Amino acid sequence: MTALLQTQGLTAFYGDAQALFGIDFQVDQGEMVAIIGANGAGKSTFMKAVTGLVKVQPSHILWQGRAIGGLPAYEIVKRGIALVPEGRRLFPSLSVEENLLMGACAERTGVWNLSRVYQLFPILQEKRLQASTSLSGGQQQMVAIGRALMSNPALLLCDELSLGLAPIVIKEIYSAMPRICAEGMTVVMVEQDVSKAREVSSRLYCFQEGTVSLQGVSSTLTTEQISQAYFGLPDKQEAAQP
Amino acid sequence: MMDTLMQTLVQGVLLGGLYCLFALGLSLMYGVMRLTNTAQGDFILLGSFSAVACIAALNWLAPDSPWLPLLLSPLLLLIAFGVGFVLQRQVLNRVLGKDPLPSLVVTFGLSIVIQNLLLEFFSADPRSIETGGLNIASVQLPGGWAVGVLPLLVLGLALAATYGLQWMFDHTALGRSFRAVSDDLEIAQLMGLNAKRVYAYATGISFMLITVAGVLQGMRTTVSPSDGPMLLLFAFESVIIGGMGSFKGTLIGALLLGVTQQMGFLFDPGWGIWFGHSVFLLLLLVRPQGLFPKTVG
Amino acid sequence: MTAFTVTRSNRSSRSAMWVAVVLVIAAATIPFWAPEDNRSAWMREFVEIACYLVFALMWNLLAGYGGMVSIGQQAFFGFGGYAMLMLSNFAGINPFVAVPVAALCAGLIAVPVSFIAFRLQGGYFAIGTWVIAEVFRLSFANMSMVGGGSGTSLTAFNGISKGVREQTTFWMALAGMVAAVLLVYLFLRSKRGLALMAIRDNEVAAESQGIAVQRTKLAVYVVAGLGAGLAGAMYYLSNLRITPDAAFSVNWTAFAIFMVVIGGIGRIEGPIVGALIFWVLNKFFSDYGSWYLMGLGLLAIIVTIYFKQGLWGYTQQRWGWALFPTQRRLD
Repeated sequence: MTALLQTQGLTAFYGDAQALFGIDFQVDQGEMVAIIGANGAGKSTFMKAVTGLVKVQPSHILWQGRAIGGLPAYEIVKRGIALVPEGRRLFPSLSVEENLLMGACAERTGVWNLSRVYQLFPILQEKRLQASTSLSGGQQQMVAIGRALMSNPALLLCDELSLGLAPIVIKEIYSAMPRICAEGMTVVMVEQDVSKAREVSSRLYCFQEGTVSLQGVSSTLTTEQISQAYFGLPDKQEAAQP
Repeated sequence: MMDTLMQTLVQGVLLGGLYCLFALGLSLMYGVMRLTNTAQGDFILLGSFSAVACIAALNWLAPDSPWLPLLLSPLLLLIAFGVGFVLQRQVLNRVLGKDPLPSLVVTFGLSIVIQNLLLEFFSADPRSIETGGLNIASVQLPGGWAVGVLPLLVLGLALAATYGLQWMFDHTALGRSFRAVSDDLEIAQLMGLNAKRVYAYATGISFMLITVAGVLQGMRTTVSPSDGPMLLLFAFESVIIGGMGSFKGTLIGALLLGVTQQMGFLFDPGWGIWFGHSVFLLLLLVRPQGLFPKTVG
Repeated sequence: MTAFTVTRSNRSSRSAMWVAVVLVIAAATIPFWAPEDNRSAWMREFVEIACYLVFALMWNLLAGYGGMVSIGQQAFFGFGGYAMLMLSNFAGINPFVAVPVAALCAGLIAVPVSFIAFRLQGGYFAIGTWVIAEVFRLSFANMSMVGGGSGTSLTAFNGISKGVREQTTFWMALAGMVAAVLLVYLFLRSKRGLALMAIRDNEVAAESQGIAVQRTKLAVYVVAGLGAGLAGAMYYLSNLRITPDAAFSVNWTAFAIFMVVIGGIGRIEGPIVGALIFWVLNKFFSDYGSWYLMGLGLLAIIVTIYFKQGLWGYTQQRWGWALFPTQRRLD
């Protein structure tokens, strides 16, 4: 059974500066996988590489068995990968509803449409004609998620959903996850909040300075293993995998 | 005195209508893709001269009739859209980016190519488009003034174009995609928008506006191949005075420019255009963001 | 622990420098060994190309290094020309002395002009400078004391023989050209020059490093204006007759853009290579009038799209040539 998304020895550069040094990553249909790591570890670069915002070698990224590395972003979203970007990045000139409609530009069919998104996040329906910038951080995050869902992806990438949000808001956002995954959505999430990442994911990867320093089943990894992998400390005890 | 002032005001407003049509295309291209089309004026002239040539070629169909330009217009508009679309896709898309220099050099180069092309094919003699008397027809307004039918038509078209563009931006999917790529190109592409194609649509529409402006300019007065730069500067000033990012602002800016120029001509014919330029520079000094800038995030 | 050395010039640049010195000396003696009947024409042509080169060098400094693309530098060119003429005709100053003074005036007027010009950025800055140049043109075209729209002539030479005038003009142009090249070269090697390149690469980062961005940009704008004024003053010293339409014509900037883009922007050798190419093209094709200009325009477009670094930049990348090393290498 081929993985839904797979990267093999993925390298990525910003000009001459190398950001990813050979990432091996895999996620199967229906899984929820988390990526953790310190700032600058390469998590966002990884997201950008997968979604086509950073150019990579074609064979380094396999989607449903086919090489998609280096394709332009608008091609990749048409194949079913959607991103909820770090920092939300809503379109300031567009209203809430218009932002959501932008997500449908990829013209993919599926269960997600405007009314379904409003069911998921009712507050957005209330504010649908308002400027997207007038919403609170949490509400903006909902718009960003809804926008990504509107493209009916097979894989949803979430980059730092909890960034800058209060704990109660984070809880509210994450409570929507089960409903999103109920239809069989595959999710990869980058999370600063390590405990949250362990809580919601089945597997997790830890990035450190552009490489994978740890990977495993979330429930079996110890806090000490994770700290060491996170900060890149030399192993004092036996290594990660079960 | 009052009469002359009112007359000048009215003339200025009517002139401003034409300037608005010069400027809308410039405003659109800059708004969507931050591209400054320094060949704007020359493309307007290309439109004028194309119309001159077409009408001259087809004049035997309906000699000296004002209907000929009107009938040709849809065809010219279609061709204009195509030219703009292809130009953007094949040439201008390659030079877009953070550095403004490449696009400036390319459009400037185009400006020179077009000017000299027109010079070769039409010589330096001023030409105009036969309107069968439309350009001197006038209508009586209440209050006893007479205004030309053509300038009124121009103003009407300017208003229609301005509000039409704004409506398109606010209420259509294409307008949405224009706003999106202007806001955040990266995220727009993540949504599935092919920026290159969106830009091409923007330029295509700009060229339609340019052609309308060119045909009207040719009907209103004589055109010669070297007029390009002057038209560009008027278009540019209209955009800046009004404030960037707003089509209505461009309209107001154009009307103000027209009025200012006419006032200047009132004082002294030699200083008319100088006055317009100087007021513009003064405005730049005291309110560089223009009168009605749109606050885009 | 390996030691690093920072070097600036390499062997090719040092030998090129000696070649340049020899060429300058050879050029300076042209009035003595050029054939009698061609001498006048040669010198006049040299002066003309020197003016083009100085103007292009300054435009390159402003745009390539300063990141400010201007389509209005002709304002200072014409201003320098008119200033030189007015100082000579009305203030009785020796025209040769008036040239550097006029250049200074052009540099000075660049300061208030910058207050307006700097209100805009990018493409709109470019067109804004064009508007300013037009205001200059229209202003001088309305000044009857310099002949208004029909222009006027430099009369201050009326007592001096043609031969002496031409020779001194020639040497003045040569000196001006060398001075301009040295000025730009030394400026770019200086701390201000490095600051400039830092600003060009990333303005926000530069500011955070303590570089006075606005002041540096103003300094460059003034130097570029001064240089353009020098070119204008020299040109009309030789040409003797000035009109506002010619002096403030946007074609000056168009040619400068062409030279810089073809040669390679952001490098000192670029405008020099570009000026040479331009001179050669001019010699052979200028008779073709509009077609020639169209060709120039198309060439500039093609080079911009496919040879972003210009022809000199291309050779520098492929073979590492550098005549005017402003970069430091780490060995």
